[in-house]
Amino acid sequence: MILAILETAKQAISEASWETITAACDLAQKTNDSVTALLIGREVRALAPTLSGVSTVLVAEDPQLDSYIPEAFAKIVSEVIKQKSPQIVLAPGTETGNDLMARVAARLGLGLATNCTEFHLTRSGEGQGEVRVTRSNWGGSLLEEVEILSKPILLTLQPHAIPAHAAAGPEPAIEALSPTLTAKEFRVRVKELLRSEKKGISLTEAKIVIGGGRGLGSAEAFKMLEELASLLGNAAVGATRVATNNNWRPHSDQIGQTGAQIAPDLYIACGISGAIQHMVGCKNSKKILAINKDAEAPIFQRADYGVIGDLHQIVPALIAELKRVKGA
Amino acid sequence: MKVLVCVKRVPDTGGGFKLTPDGMRVDTTNVGFAVSPHEECAVEEAIRIIEKHGGSSTVLTLGPPAAGEQLREAIAKGITGAILVEAEDYESWDPAATAQAIAETVKPLGFDLLLFGNESADTCNYQVGVRVAHLLELPCVTGIKALEIQNGKAIAKRETKDGWEVYEVTLPAVFTVKEGINTPRHPSLRGIMSAKKVPIEQKRVTKPAPQLVRKALKKPQEGRQLEILGQGPEAVPKIVEKLRELGAI
Ligand SMILES: Cc1cc2nc3c(=O)[nH]c(=O)nc-3n(C[C@H](O)[C@H](O)[C@H](O)COP(=O)(O)OP(=O)(O)OC[C@H]3O[C@@H](n4cnc5c(N)ncnc54)[C@H](O)[C@@H]3O)c2cc1C
Ligand SMILES: Nc1ncnc2c1ncn2[C@@H]1O[C@H](COP(=O)(O)O)[C@@H](O)[C@H]1O
Repeated sequence: MILAILETAKQAISEASWETITAACDLAQKTNDSVTALLIGREVRALAPTLSGVSTVLVAEDPQLDSYIPEAFAKIVSEVIKQKSPQIVLAPGTETGNDLMARVAARLGLGLATNCTEFHLTRSGEGQGEVRVTRSNWGGSLLEEVEILSKPILLTLQPHAIPAHAAAGPEPAIEALSPTLTAKEFRVRVKELLRSEKKGISLTEAKIVIGGGRGLGSAEAFKMLEELASLLGNAAVGATRVATNNNWRPHSDQIGQTGAQIAPDLYIACGISGAIQHMVGCKNSKKILAINKDAEAPIFQRADYGVIGDLHQIVPALIAELKRVKGA
Repeated sequence: MKVLVCVKRVPDTGGGFKLTPDGMRVDTTNVGFAVSPHEECAVEEAIRIIEKHGGSSTVLTLGPPAAGEQLREAIAKGITGAILVEAEDYESWDPAATAQAIAETVKPLGFDLLLFGNESADTCNYQVGVRVAHLLELPCVTGIKALEIQNGKAIAKRETKDGWEVYEVTLPAVFTVKEGINTPRHPSLRGIMSAKKVPIEQKRVTKPAPQLVRKALKKPQEGRQLEILGQGPEAVPKIVEKLRELGAI
């Protein structure tokens, strides 16, 4: 049996969880196995019948589980694994999914391969063969193939690695679980939620993102990128780690391995060398235009369009021209 | 307060990865070393907490003797002590093994606060901090971007899509830190000089059996064809034309 751990948000199955179901069903088909899904929360039962392609849905409901409670969820998953003995356990490789599965793996003393992108299961002859997975390293800049020796196999799936597709099939059987939870499982829990005001277009939603790096030279120079962004309409300004570490921009503007992952139609990189840890955050941009004074800068190997020269001359000239064109 | 912060030595590759001929490792010839930005922020957080509340801070790494470089960098910024858990082959240690060795080493030392990066820069396992917390039976919050200590309690914040989750846990506790929690300082010249004199405590542990074994590293495909639009401000008309073509204006 393959156990798929699902996440819910606002009374719905999350996108990453649909991807997890897809991956679990694909694996089950290859290994001639079935998929059992696990839903945990205060009121999640109503979601179970929608999970076609899955043979059984385990529902662990408890009035106290109104949000993700790490140790309580980990205890429930660990107990399900002990009782149902799945061959493989797959969860979304989201922040919550990785947190949960790390706790489950620790409780059960098992290995865990996080953020997998591909699965290679070979069943040679009798018993089980080798289990290998490909997982993301360096935030996705490199891929690592690992063999997993511990059993059952615990995995999380890199979000967006496998597109979710609806699996046809009869409505799944539903089995209610009654978790036993103690105060210990609630020592880590959210005490309060603070809402933050959204201002402007967010980096991850903008159709055009303009990024600034060391070449900008100052916080002041970013005003130029703001102006360019406002001329281009649905655009946001981002930055490299050099710019955030110099306090030219807040960290929330950082694009890259330890910042935001963006996928706009166009990314305009100004004064950015093109370090892999930055590029891994913008590699899903449809087009990348780079402005850099150094023709040898690595960014030119990772861009679609290049302009060689001083951004402090090029950007103002571009702004002037856009104003002229727009005014005309 | 006794604060521990764990860092991992990784190649600081910048422009691109070169793999060793066997495809098993990143080629580190002519490459510097660093720690993850998350861990730099964890180091900074440890220093700030001790500056505010008093006590001691210790940086720990499991790695080769050369990783003393990363420990001294942390000391140069203001960390007061260092532990090197010797493991020449640390790259082949899986997260469970690393966590076990760290937990074994720090258990007798009685830290009040243990800080980790949210994930290591190279292998991004998202596990070592959580596993250490489990082995020491301590509460753990992952991926925090704010931390405050008050009367034996830690108030930590985790950023979500529409705001912040606030957690309050009793110390001792474990936190895994994300970049953005603070802006790390640069070491002072004096700090760099005095860091050379701080002794590094060396520890040895037996390597636990691995559960994950690396078989290969590979580069994902990158496929963009560069078109140079021109040089300097003379390229502006070409840029505008391209922006039009792309529907940006
Ligand atoms: C584990 C890890 C995670 C990291 N995570 C991130 C991350 O999330 N995001 C991130 O950005 N970085 C990250 N980094 C840092 C990354 O490796 C680079 O150091 C950083 O991206 C470089 O920023 P930069 O391009 O602004 O600066 P530089 O590399 O210094 O490049 C500046 C560029 O500007 C050009 N330039 C200078 N002046 C001008 C001018 N007047 N006109 C035009 N061009 C000019 C130069 O030719 C040069 O190419 C990470 C590093 C590590 C080790
Ligand atoms: N070899 C190591 N030595 C010390 N700390 C480590 C080591 N590996 C991982 N860590 C710590 O554990 C965190 C999470 O690592 P990982 O589980 O590999 O993503 C890192 O950010 C470090 O703080």
